[in-house]
Amino acid sequence: MTERRNNQRKHIILLSALAVGMVGFSFALVPLYAIFCEVTGLNGKKYEREISAEPSVLQVSEREVTIQFLAQVGRGMPWEFRPTESKLKVRLGEVHLTSYYARNRADQAVTGQAVPSVSPAYASNFLHKLECFCFTQQQLEAGEDQQMALRFYIDAELPEDISMLTLSYSLFQVPDVEVASLALASN
Amino acid sequence: MAVTADHAIPNRSPLIAFLSRWLLTTNHKEIGTLYLWLSFTLFFIAGAMAMVIRLELFQPGIQFAEPLFYNQMVTMHGLIMVFGVVMPGFVGLANWLLPMMIGAPDMALPRLNNFSFWILPFAFTLLISSLFMEGGAPNFGWTFYAPLSTTYGPPSTDFFILGVHLMGISSVLGAINIIVTIFNLRVEGMTLMKMPLFVWTWLITAFLLVMVMPVLAGAVTMMLTDRHFGTSFFSAVGGGDPVLFQHVFWFFGHPEVYILILPGFGIASQIIPTFARKKLFGYHSMVYATVSIAILSFLVWGHHMFTTGMPLAAELFVMYATMLIAVPTGVKVFNWVATMWRGSMTFETPMLFAIGFVILFTIGGFSGLMLALVPADFQYHDTFFVVAHFHYVLYPGAIFGIMSAVYYWLPKWTGNMYDERLGKLHFWTAIVAVNMTFFPMHFLGLAGMPRRIVDYSLQFADFNMVASIGAGMLGLTQVLFLYIVIKTIRGGDKATSRVWESAEGLEWTIPSPAPLHTFSAPPQFPIPEEAYQHD
Amino acid sequence: MTSLINRLCRGLILSTLLAFYNTAFAAAMDMRPGVTDISQRILQIHHYSLAICVVMGVLVFGTMFYSMYAHRRSKHPKPADFHESMLAEIVWTAVPFLILIGLAIPATSALREIEDNSNADLTVLITSSQWKWHYQYLDADFGYYSNMSTPTEQINNLETKSKNYILEVDNALVLPTSKKVRFLTTSDDVIHSWWVPDFAVKQDAIPGYINEAWTRIEVPGLFRGQCAELCGKDHAYMPIEVEVLPEEEFDQWILDQLLAIELASGQAVADRAKTWTLAELMDIGQTVFIDNCATCHEADGSGQGSTYPALAGGEIPTGDMSTHIERVMDGAVDTEMQAWAPQLSDLELASVITYERNAFGNDLGDIVQPLTIFESR
Repeated sequence: MTERRNNQRKHIILLSALAVGMVGFSFALVPLYAIFCEVTGLNGKKYEREISAEPSVLQVSEREVTIQFLAQVGRGMPWEFRPTESKLKVRLGEVHLTSYYARNRADQAVTGQAVPSVSPAYASNFLHKLECFCFTQQQLEAGEDQQMALRFYIDAELPEDISMLTLSYSLFQVPDVEVASLALASN
Repeated sequence: MAVTADHAIPNRSPLIAFLSRWLLTTNHKEIGTLYLWLSFTLFFIAGAMAMVIRLELFQPGIQFAEPLFYNQMVTMHGLIMVFGVVMPGFVGLANWLLPMMIGAPDMALPRLNNFSFWILPFAFTLLISSLFMEGGAPNFGWTFYAPLSTTYGPPSTDFFILGVHLMGISSVLGAINIIVTIFNLRVEGMTLMKMPLFVWTWLITAFLLVMVMPVLAGAVTMMLTDRHFGTSFFSAVGGGDPVLFQHVFWFFGHPEVYILILPGFGIASQIIPTFARKKLFGYHSMVYATVSIAILSFLVWGHHMFTTGMPLAAELFVMYATMLIAVPTGVKVFNWVATMWRGSMTFETPMLFAIGFVILFTIGGFSGLMLALVPADFQYHDTFFVVAHFHYVLYPGAIFGIMSAVYYWLPKWTGNMYDERLGKLHFWTAIVAVNMTFFPMHFLGLAGMPRRIVDYSLQFADFNMVASIGAGMLGLTQVLFLYIVIKTIRGGDKATSRVWESAEGLEWTIPSPAPLHTFSAPPQFPIPEEAYQHD
Repeated sequence: MTSLINRLCRGLILSTLLAFYNTAFAAAMDMRPGVTDISQRILQIHHYSLAICVVMGVLVFGTMFYSMYAHRRSKHPKPADFHESMLAEIVWTAVPFLILIGLAIPATSALREIEDNSNADLTVLITSSQWKWHYQYLDADFGYYSNMSTPTEQINNLETKSKNYILEVDNALVLPTSKKVRFLTTSDDVIHSWWVPDFAVKQDAIPGYINEAWTRIEVPGLFRGQCAELCGKDHAYMPIEVEVLPEEEFDQWILDQLLAIELASGQAVADRAKTWTLAELMDIGQTVFIDNCATCHEADGSGQGSTYPALAGGEIPTGDMSTHIERVMDGAVDTEMQAWAPQLSDLELASVITYERNAFGNDLGDIVQPLTIFESR
C-alpha cells in the first residue's frame, strides 16, 4: 500500500511538472518562433532591429533585381508617410541609399515606429540594412517633416528565383506613456 | 478511503442533504453522473445556438440574428460544444467507467475529482453570462484569432479568458487524476496491454490533455497581457506577429481535435465486439495506431494555416505528416470491419450508433485527407467544406460515440433497460438528420461559400435550406434522446449484471445498477466466466 | 401496350432526372473549375482524391454492409473466433501508404507552381480593412477602394434581392488577360482573406505583414469572391469582384483612370474655392454618412454598444471641432474606427463632419469647409 502511495505521489508530481512545463513551453514558443523566423525568414521580418555589419569586401554581382517600397500608416496615426522612390533596380552587393518621407500633420509632437515586412519572406535574410529609420522610434514636432534615410544592400547570395523584392513599412503611433518611459530609461 | 457525503451527514433537511450530497461527493460514479448531466445540459444550450444559426441561414438576407449577434452565436456554439459538451461528456464516461473497468474502488484522487468537476459550472456560467454583457459575448469564432480577439475583442473577452483558464485547470486536474488512476489502481494481473481499449484511448487522451491544455492557457494569458498590460505578442506594432497566435493556438488545437475523438474510438472498440460476439480484431495494432495518431497530432498544426503565407518547405512537411495520419486511422477502421467480419451480429441501439460512428467518422476522415492536400486546401480552406468536415468527425463522430456509450452502459448505471424501440427511432432519425444537415455543406463549400457568414448569395440558397431543415430535425431527435434517458432512469425492464450477452469486462461482473461502492475487494483477473453470473 | 407506355414513361422520367442531375445539380455540387491553369489543376487533384476516397469508401463500407447482412445472428449464429493477423495489419498499413504517395505527387508539383511568385508582369497591392478592399496598382501608382454595392434594403428583405446579391461592388478590381499578376496582401486592422474561387487564389491579409500570391487569367469576364476569414461584424458583406479585360482594353482602362484622377483633383480645387452653406453640406453629408458610417453607427446615429459609440449627443461630434476632424480623418488606434482621409475627398469629409455635428439632434450649427480639411491633410 505504501509503495503504491509513493508511486502515486511520484506520478502526480511528474504530471504536474509536465503541465507546468507545458505552460512554460507555450511562452517559449514566442522566442522559438522568432528564431525559426530568423532562420527561415518565415514571416518576412527579421527580428533584429540592429544594423547589419558593413560588408568589408563587397561582392558585387552582375545580377540585377527590382526592389519595391511600400508604406502603410496605422490607424490613428496623423502622419503622411510614403517612400520617395516607389521602386529601384539594384545590382546585388551594391550599397544603395533611398528614403521615406514623413510629415506630422497633427498640432502636437507624435512619435512613430516603423515595422518592416519583406516579401517573399525568405528574401529578408538577404536584405541587409546599414542605416534605417526603423531601428529606432522617430519623433516629429507638430507640422514637421523629414526625409528618413534607408541605406541597404542585397546579398549576392540571393536565390536565383527571386527577381523582385518588396519592402513594406507599417508606421504605428507609439503611445505617449511608452515614449515617456523610454525617455526616463535613457536618462 | 473516501467517505461519501450521503453517509456522513444524517438528519438534514432533504434539500440540504441533496445539495451537500452532490456538492461534496467524492464518489466516481456520482461525479461521472454530474459530468454527464452538465454535458447534456450544455448540449441543449449550444444546440439552441446552432438552431439560431441555421434559422438565420435558412434564407439569404437577415431575418433573425443581426450580424454581431450571429457571430456571438457561432463563437459560443463552438466553444460550448468543444469544451462543455464533448470534453465533459467523455470525462463523465471516464469517471463512471474507468475504475469499474480496471477493478478499482474509485479514482485515485477523489477530492481532486470533485474539485475539477465543480470548477466547470462556474466556468460555463461565466462564459454564457457574457451574452448579457455590454458589447455582447465573444464574437471572434471559437479559434479567437488575434487581433480580432485582442485589440478588437469586446469587453467580455476577459471573462472568456478567465472561463478558458478555469476549464483548462479542470481538464488538466481531471487528466492527471485519470493517468494516476490507470497507472496505480489496476487490478492485479491487468497489464497495460490487457487493459480495455476505452481505458487505453483515455490514457492517451489524458496525456494529450496534460500536454496541450497548458499551451491554451499560455495563449489566453498572452492575449490577456496584450489586451491590458502593454505586451505585444500578437501585434505587429510592438514587434509581435498575429500569425504567432495561430501557431500557439493550433499547437493546442490539433491535439485537441484528437482529444475529442480518441475516447470515441475506445467506445466503438468496446461496443462492436460485444454485438459482433467476437473479440476485437487486432488489439495490439489498435493500441499502436492510437499512440501514433497522438504523436503525429503534435506535428501537423500547420495544416490549419496554409493560407497564412507559410514557406513551401513547411507546407510540404505539414502536408505529408497530415496525410500520414490517414494510415493509423485507416488501420482502426479496418480492424473494426474485421471484428464484424464473420461475427454473429445483432443491432441494438448502441451497435447502431457505433456503426454510424464508424461510417460517418470515416467520411469525415476522407474529407480530412482531401483537406491535407495543400493546393486543394487553398480552395477548401475557411469554407463550408471545412464546416462539413469537422461536423462529420464531431457530430456522428464524437457525439454519436457518447450516445452509443450512453445506450450501452445506461442499463449498468440505472439498472433499467432503455426502450429499444425508441432507441432505434432515435438512431434512425438522427442519422437521417445528421446527413441532411451536414452533407449539403460539402457542396456549399465547393461552390464557394465561406464559413462564419451571416448572409449568403442566392446561389447557395437551396442547400442551405436543406441543411437548416435537417438541423431542425436533428434538434428534435435529441429531445427524444433526453426523453429516453429520463424514461430509463425512472423505470423499465430490469437489467442483468452482464446486460449484453457477450459483453466482456470487469464492469459487467458487478450488479446492475452498479452499487455506489464497487471493488472494495479487488476482483479476479483474468475474469472467470462465472463472475458474470450474479443473477 | 399499357406496360410499354408505362416503361416508356418511366424511362423518360429517369432520363430527365439524370439530365437534371448532370446539368444543374452536378454543377452546383462540384468544385468550381475556374479560369486559370492552377484552378483547373486543383480541380483535377480534387477529383482524383475524391475518386480515391469514393473507391476506398465503397470497398470498406461495402465489406461492412455485406458483413452486416451475411453475418447477422439470424443467418450466422456461430461467430468465428479469429482476432489477429499480422499479414492483414501489414497489408492495410502498407497499401494506404502507397495510395497516399500517389496522392502526394501531383499535390506537391501543383504546390511548387502555386508558390512560384517570380517574374510577374504587374503587381497589385491589396489592403483590407473592415469590410472593404483597397487595390493599389503599384506599376501605375494609383489605387481605389472597393465596397459592397448591395443596398441594405435588400439585406433586410425590404427589396427583391438582385442576381449578384452581396457579391457586387462599386469599383471592381480590373485585371488583364494572359498576364502574370502578383498580389501582395496586407491589412489595416484584423486578418482578412482575399479569395476568388475561379482563380484558386486565397491569401490571408495580415496586419503589419505582406503576403504574396499570383494568378494568370486566360479568359475575360467578371469573377466574384468573398472575404474568407472571419473579420468582425460585416464579414459576410466584403465581396470581391474582378473584371478581366483583354490586354489592350486594360491598358486603355489604366489611362482612363489616370485621367479621371486628374479630373477629380481639378474638381477638388473648385470645391475648396467655394464657401458651402450648411444645407448643401448636410445634403451631401447625409449620403456620405449612409454609405460609409451607418453600418456601424446606425443611420440615426444611435451606435451599437461601446464598440460603435453613439454619435447622437456623442462626446466627439458635440465636442471640439478639430478633435472631431482628426478622429474622422485619422481614425482611432486600437479601435474599429478607421482613417477616412485616404478614402474620402475634402468635400465628402467636410460634409460628413458637418452632418454629424448637426444631425441626430446635435444641432451645433457648425460648418466645416472643404478648405479646412485640405489644410489639415
